[in-house]
Amino acid sequence: MEQLLQHLVNAIILGSTYALLGIGLTFIFGIMRVVNFAHGELYTFGAYMVYLFSVILGVNFLLAIAIAIVLGVLLGAAIEYTLLRKLRGADVDTTMLVMIGAWIIMQNGEQLIWSGVAKSIPTPFPEEPLSLGLVSVAWSRVFVFVVAIALIILAQTIIQRTRLGKAMRATFQDRDTAALMGININVIYLATFALGSGLASAAGALLGPIFIVMPTMGNLAVLKAFAIVILGGLGNMKGAAIGGFVLALVEEFGAGYVSSGYRDAMGFLLIILVLMVKPTGLFARSERIG
Amino acid sequence: MKAFNSTLAAFALVLAASSASADPIKIGINQPLTGSVAASGNFITDGAKLAAEAINANGGVLGEQIELVVEDNKSNPSEAAAAAEKLITRDEVSAMVGAWGSSFTLAVMPKLEEYGVPMVVETASSSKVTSAGNPWVFRISATSEMEAKAFSPMVGQIGVKKADFLVVNNDWGLGASAEFKKMLEASGVATGMVETMDPAAQDVSAQLAKIKSSDADTLFVTTGFEQLSLVLKQAKAQGLDRRIITTGGSQFPDRLVEQLGSAAEGSLHILFFAPWFPDAAANPEVAKRYIDAWNGKGYDASGLSDGFRGYDAVTALAAAIEKAGAPDREAIRKALWEIDVKGVNGNIKFEKAGVEGSESGQNLPNVYVVQIKDGKLSLPNL
Repeated sequence: MEQLLQHLVNAIILGSTYALLGIGLTFIFGIMRVVNFAHGELYTFGAYMVYLFSVILGVNFLLAIAIAIVLGVLLGAAIEYTLLRKLRGADVDTTMLVMIGAWIIMQNGEQLIWSGVAKSIPTPFPEEPLSLGLVSVAWSRVFVFVVAIALIILAQTIIQRTRLGKAMRATFQDRDTAALMGININVIYLATFALGSGLASAAGALLGPIFIVMPTMGNLAVLKAFAIVILGGLGNMKGAAIGGFVLALVEEFGAGYVSSGYRDAMGFLLIILVLMVKPTGLFARSERIG
Repeated sequence: MKAFNSTLAAFALVLAASSASADPIKIGINQPLTGSVAASGNFITDGAKLAAEAINANGGVLGEQIELVVEDNKSNPSEAAAAAEKLITRDEVSAMVGAWGSSFTLAVMPKLEEYGVPMVVETASSSKVTSAGNPWVFRISATSEMEAKAFSPMVGQIGVKKADFLVVNNDWGLGASAEFKKMLEASGVATGMVETMDPAAQDVSAQLAKIKSSDADTLFVTTGFEQLSLVLKQAKAQGLDRRIITTGGSQFPDRLVEQLGSAAEGSLHILFFAPWFPDAAANPEVAKRYIDAWNGKGYDASGLSDGFRGYDAVTALAAAIEKAGAPDREAIRKALWEIDVKGVNGNIKFEKAGVEGSESGQNLPNVYVVQIKDGKLSLPNL
């Protein structure tokens, strides 16, 4: 019972960060249809920015996380402006190859700047864990959970309740008609990519201090983000959020009760199973990408 | 075509002749400079450079200078094999040091046989490295079996009654859990679960939640520093209340104290060099010389407990090259059997191990145990 509850708590906290990663990629891959392999590098970027501001420059920890998220948004905007804008008419494969190039360049850049040796970021939270009866959980993880849930709600609100969100949905349903209705397509593309990038950077900024920060940390993160988006159904925010939690539950309980050696494989096994039964993912509209 | 071939052959001969004459003696260093175990790999490379500098300052070997050619194996077995191939064929090194860890070393070993190049293995604990019948392998580090055996007298004194294992899911971790399990059971200690974690895994809370449910009083952890710091941090967060003993030699206990504070308190660490206590080393004068050189360079002091392996590996190779009389790969291999030099860990001398007729070399290194107590490092009384 105790073990079961501990696994459940661990999975919910891990799931919140997976959901954040998944929602970020949903903007970019699910809605914009950019197969963005550099998404994991935005995650890494967020973590290193917290390291830079909090550890090297001595800025307040919470402020450092906020700065990292803002810089992630700006980096996303810069990538859209310099790389993707020129590729808007290009097919999915071309864009994907460019983003793979961006991924490799960014990862090597991180290695050059920060060296390959892992960095650790101290958090201001108490070392003693929060004890909830039978289970206990680190305060730093409680913080991550709260911020992640807040960001998920924020992203959901932006896309569903704001004019910008409405314009985004319109643009990616039918670009030409949206443009004829007076929507500035360039701004929408920029904003969507920047928002998705900002969420990836946020996930890295939140998880960096819990884990350790190294240039290759984004590799597994980007794989999992794609898995979550596909699991939840392309372009579905709610699906991505639920997909994130499902993946965390499967990993956690798979590792706890089946085999810890296959922990990361469990999630991908689940995705294969889901795609065999429901090729469009758990919650997708019935459309597919070409 | 035939003319082209002979031109090519002549060209190759000229190249070979020119590279053989006045060049320094090249030793290849195959280490993880980036990736999941990069901290350790960089320190070992620094240690190797210190040894080469010391040897060169004393006139080098056979009147030539030693040149280290360093390649990054990116903490990845297939990259390790590629790096070895590059060092052998392009840089034409006379011998190699490598490749940090059993999985990387095992991946490199077929290349040693293919090209006939001796390699001093500075880090690797799986018994497979020396039992494979590869005569080009000379290991200075301890196997997990030797490490477990050296630790066995402490088991009773510490009062271990039942132990679980959390190990990195590769040849190193699995080998360590198997050998320590065998040793503990032979000493009458019960053993429980063996949990594994992917080498790149950052979240091990699922494994720890499972371990928390066991009734053992001790947890043996085998992995590199990066993952170990995560294990200790997350164990503390989940309120895992038991004795933690780490194995492997790349734990940087002083850094654990600094980065983790109370999460590292009480943990015991099995090491191959304890730079905080140089007088306890087998060759205190060599240990002090090494520590002074390291500090003189301003290197990170926490790397001392790893860097010595690079230092000892190059020291051993230099002695073998001197004895061989020429930087010839086969001659160096033969000479490695004859050396007996003073290293930081102790005397380096290779015993025959593995398949008869094509034995690998195995050194018998010393083992030290360090405990984190009241936020400080101490030598528990043995």
